[in-house]
Order: sequence, then structure tokens, then C-alpha cells
Amino acid sequence: MHWFIIKRLLLLPFLLLIFSIVSFALIQAPPGDFLTSYVAELAAGGTSIDQAEIEALRTRYGLDQPIYVQYGRWVGNLLRGDLGVSLEWRRPNSELIGERLVLTLILTTFSLLFTWAVAIPIGIFSATRQYSLLDYVFTILNYIGLATPNFMLALVLMWVAFDKFGVTVTGLFSPQYLDAAWSWARVGDLLSHIWLPMIVLGVAGTAQIARVVRANLLDELSKPYTEMARAKGLPEWRLVIKYPTRVAIAPVVSTLGWYFPQLLSGGLVVSVVMSLPTIGPLLLRALVGQDMYLAGTIILIFCMLAVLGALVSDILLVVLDPRIKLESA
Amino acid sequence: MSDVALPVADRAKEPSVYVTPAWKLTWLRFTKHKLGVVCLWIVVLITLMALMPEFFSAADPNVTSARLAYIPPQPVRIIRDGHLVRPFVYGVEGQRNQRTLKMEWVQDTDVVLPLRLFPRGYAYRLFGVIPTDRHLFGFGTAEQPVTANILGTDRLGRDQWSRLMYGTRISLSIGLVAVLISTVLGIVLGGISGYFGGWVDNLIQRLIDLLQAIPAIPVWLALSAALPRTWPVTWVYFAITVILALLGWTRLAREVRGRFLSLREEDFVTAARLVGASQGRIIFSHMVPSFASHIIAAVTLAVPLMILNETFLSFLGLGMRPPAISWGVMLQEAQNLQSVVNAPWLLIPGVFVIITVLALNILGDGLRDAADPYSH
Repeated sequence: MHWFIIKRLLLLPFLLLIFSIVSFALIQAPPGDFLTSYVAELAAGGTSIDQAEIEALRTRYGLDQPIYVQYGRWVGNLLRGDLGVSLEWRRPNSELIGERLVLTLILTTFSLLFTWAVAIPIGIFSATRQYSLLDYVFTILNYIGLATPNFMLALVLMWVAFDKFGVTVTGLFSPQYLDAAWSWARVGDLLSHIWLPMIVLGVAGTAQIARVVRANLLDELSKPYTEMARAKGLPEWRLVIKYPTRVAIAPVVSTLGWYFPQLLSGGLVVSVVMSLPTIGPLLLRALVGQDMYLAGTIILIFCMLAVLGALVSDILLVVLDPRIKLESA
Repeated sequence: MSDVALPVADRAKEPSVYVTPAWKLTWLRFTKHKLGVVCLWIVVLITLMALMPEFFSAADPNVTSARLAYIPPQPVRIIRDGHLVRPFVYGVEGQRNQRTLKMEWVQDTDVVLPLRLFPRGYAYRLFGVIPTDRHLFGFGTAEQPVTANILGTDRLGRDQWSRLMYGTRISLSIGLVAVLISTVLGIVLGGISGYFGGWVDNLIQRLIDLLQAIPAIPVWLALSAALPRTWPVTWVYFAITVILALLGWTRLAREVRGRFLSLREEDFVTAARLVGASQGRIIFSHMVPSFASHIIAAVTLAVPLMILNETFLSFLGLGMRPPAISWGVMLQEAQNLQSVVNAPWLLIPGVFVIITVLALNILGDGLRDAADPYSH
């Protein structure tokens, strides 16, 4: 067990190296660089920029260097904790990403809790009342939840809120708290806005997890130990909660590490539609504008979270279910 | 439909031993799943739309007319003055609001446009070959055809229904082609991995681990943002399918490998090996048929995911781009609250996405259950 964790931890730097190369290759892939797209944007806006100035900027940002030198500089700075400067915003990346990353993580955590809070009871109910009317209703709702693109759900909910209640539910803050310092009032404001994106983001996962819980619990309910507990005269609901449910939700809890990054990626699109001050819109803007270091850093952060998540999941899997043996892994 | 009673005439030729191939058993089990069969029909219908969108459309999807922008859907009715009549739509009339200067469309209940089947319309080539000008439906009379927009029009006055039909072609085919590419990759690599084992297996499994650790959506975004803006539509189309397939094959490869690993130990494979069958024969005539139905089910479940992903990418402006028409491109028109409030019918392509994905998912689940001989 300890060996397994140590091995996986030793693998981390290697994975990060590969991901940094992948991220860098991705942001280098578009033809041209930030300056060519910057010039094109200026030209579209009707202004032009002096050729000498472009060259000066290119030298300043190191864009005239060979690719491996640019990569070396970027990774070197990252290792020293310097995330670089956004070419477009002319501000340090850490400043741009900082609060947005915190808000993204808060939103994702809320969605995760929402997913579990809704999916697990539904799964248990559907399994214990298999083929009941509500089981069918939940099954159909699950299929619809899986089939609905989350941005579509966001648009529909925003529309209904506007049309029926006359409220605009975009963003995560009211205007007066947008740039305010953190305070209890700001936290309260955040909480009053976060519920809608939380639901939108969590619906697909809820459907998925409810299905898993239902299937797992159905398997467990037909096992001899459940029958044994029933024979002992345990009340049905206590029996279900006490034994089979624990086994049935263990895989759900342990896949947290895979589900979390998935939610994180899913949030990208929702946050663009709902104009949330999270990472999504920033990444999209950086990719379109070829603000390469900003985009590369964000992608690398996503990769890192995914790898860490997978590690956490693997560990939880073993901790929660002692029957799982780690062989050669 | 699961009735298998043979006609009397065939009884005479009844063979002494019944042999029902595996696919037939699967099919018989599948047809017991009523919802699955309904979904199969929906998928067939959508496929037909994708094959001949020109026939299903009512107007040229690329003809713009600013005058006809944002016409609300004109529903097809069958009841007029309390009587059941031939299907028709009411005409609409645009009036400019003198205060807001906005065009407002009102129904004109005096103008009745009857529905006609197979009228003549704009000329096209069916399947790219047969020249014709027949369409599925139209409105008005043969002498005076009128364009009615059963699903309304968009910002540029284009008929939404017709655009949806053309969008079906691109959205569905991207899903299918991307899955096809990932299936080939998955089967070949998963098969090699599972059959040969050893270091080859290790290498492929580590590659899969690596690819699965990559968060898909940000990487897809980055890859599609890297496509040059100047590329023609067809190139973008193929690039997008390849991008989607690149990260999509790993799950199938895992599944195929797992099947290979468990089948390798089965008695019938050992028997085939003992009688001296070649490796190719063992793989293709003994192993592949026994997991083909699983692959079909897995593929059916992968297509809707790809369709959703294409919709995401195009919706964000990084996938297919106008003038190409896909469901995601159409949904781009409804990207913010304002346009949705103005013209809620712009969300209709999303309903199409949901129905298609729903049908494919239920169909795939039905096939998977049917393919599993141990399910009940």
C-alpha cells in the first residue's frame, strides 16, 4: 500500500514533464504567435502598429527565440513559481488566474456536493423500489440529464428565470461586490448566486452517479449477507443503509478524483454562457488571442489537477474497499 | 415482434438441429425492449435526414433575407373553426413597431396555407447524384407555393427547419466518423494489447493511462483553436473529427482488451489452437464474432458523446464555423440570454441534440443488455 503510493508519487514529476510538453506543444500549434494575432486584431479595429515596435515586443517577450529556448524559459520560470506574464492583459498570470481559480474550485466543490446529495438518495430509492413508478420517472430523468448539454440547460434556466421572475441570473456576484475585497457580505452574495451554476453543472453527473448507485445497490441487495441481515430481523431501511449502501456508494466516493476534474472541464462551457468569473472564459479568450503562456499555464493546471485527482481516487479505492488488492500497479 | 412461430409451409423443411446465430439471439432479446425499438426508429429517421437533408428541407438553408428575420415558428394545425381539416399553417405578417422600431410578426388567421406533400422547390441532387426538385413538404398551392417557417427563422431570416436538416448531416456524421476512427484505433491497439500481452500490452496501457489523464475539454479547445482560420470547411470538418477521435479511442481499447484477455482463456479458443488454426483465423473467425455485439453496443454509446462534444466546440466558436451548418453552429445564435429572450425558438436545435443523444443512449443500453447472454 505504502509502496504503491510512493511509486505513484515518484511518477508525478515525470507525468508533469510530459504534460508541460503537451501543453506547450498545444499552445505553439496555431500558426503565427500572439503578436501576429494582436496585429490582426488592431488592423481589424482600424489602427496599425509600427513594425519596429512589433519587433521590440517580440524580443521583449522572447518570441524570436527558438521553440526549445521558449519552452525552457517557461518551465524554468514555472519551477520557480513564476507563472509568467499574460501578453494580452500585461499582468502577471498568477494575478489573473488566482481568484478565478479559487472561484472555479468553490463552484466545482458545490456542484460535487449537490451531485452526491441528490444522486445517492435517488439511487438508493430506485434500487430498493425497483420497477416502481418513481423508479421509471427517475430513470427517464437520468437519461434526459445525460443527454442535455449543460450550456443548453443554463440557457433555458436563465431564460425561465428572466421570463417568469424577471431576474437576470448571470455571474457569481452582484455588481457592488464584483471587485470588492473578501468579506462575509461578499461570501453571502456569492452563495446567493452560486446555486444555479451549481445545479447546471451537476445535473449530468447526478444522472450518471444515480445510475451507478442504483446498479451497485441492486447487485448488493441480492447477496447472501443482505438476506442474512434480513433473517436476523433487522428493520429493512436500517439494513439497507447499514450494509449494502455502504458497499454500493464506495466506488462513487472513490471516483471523486476522476469526477472532480471532469466537472472542472464541464464548467468551462457553462461559465462562458453564464459569464461567470471563473477560469473558463479566461482560457477561451487566451486560446483565441494566442496568449500562449496564460493558456499553457491554465491547461497545465488542469492536467495537474486531473493527475492528482486520479491518484486520490486510486488511494481512496483501496482505503474504502479493503477487498481490492494492489497487484503490480 | 419476438414471435418466432414458423409458417406451416416451412414446417416440412424443419431442420433436425436448430442453429440460431448469436446475432439473431441478440436481436430477439433486443426487440423485447420496447423503448429501445422506438429509439431505433428515431435513429433511423434521423439518419435518413442526415442522408438526404435536401429532401426534408423546405427552403434553401443558406438564403438570407434580413426582411424575414426572427419570424416565430408557424405551427402546423389540423383544427380550424372546430373542424378537423387538412393540415395547414396560418400566414404571418410583419409590422414594424413604431415605438421600438422592432419587427413584430402577427398571425393572419385569414390566410390559410395548406400543407402539400412532395411539392416542387429548389433544385438539388439527391445523394449528390440524382437531379430533382421534389421536397417532403411545402405550403400554399401548386401554382403559388409559399414558404412557411414551421420552426421560425434566425437572425438572417434563414429557415430554421431546413438548416436543422442540413445540420443533422454534419453533426451526426462527425459523431459517426469520429467514433469510426476511434473504433479502428481502439480495436487494433486494444486487440494487440490483449492478444499479445507482455511489453506491448504494457506500453499501450501506459499510453492509454496518459491519454485518459488528460482533461479532454481544455485540450480539445486548445487543439481546435489551433486550426487555421483560413482553412476551408471540409478541412476543418476532418480536423475536428480527428481531434475528437484522438482522445476518444482509449475507452474502446480498454474494453476490447478486456474481452480479448477473458476470451483467450476460453475453452473454444484453446480448442481452436489445438486443432492448429492460424492466429488470424482464431482472432477473426472465433474471437471477433463473440464480442462483436459488445463492440456495436459500445460504439452506439460513444456516438452521442461525440455529438455532444462537437456541439460544445461549435457552440464556443471553435468547432465547425459558418457557413458550415451543424447543430452547434446553429446554437451559437442563441449564445446569450438576450437572443434567447428575443427568439426562444433559436434553442430548438438543442432539443434535436437532446432527442438524438437520448435515442442513441437508450438504443446503446438496449443493445448492450441484449448482447449479454447472462443478463435477464
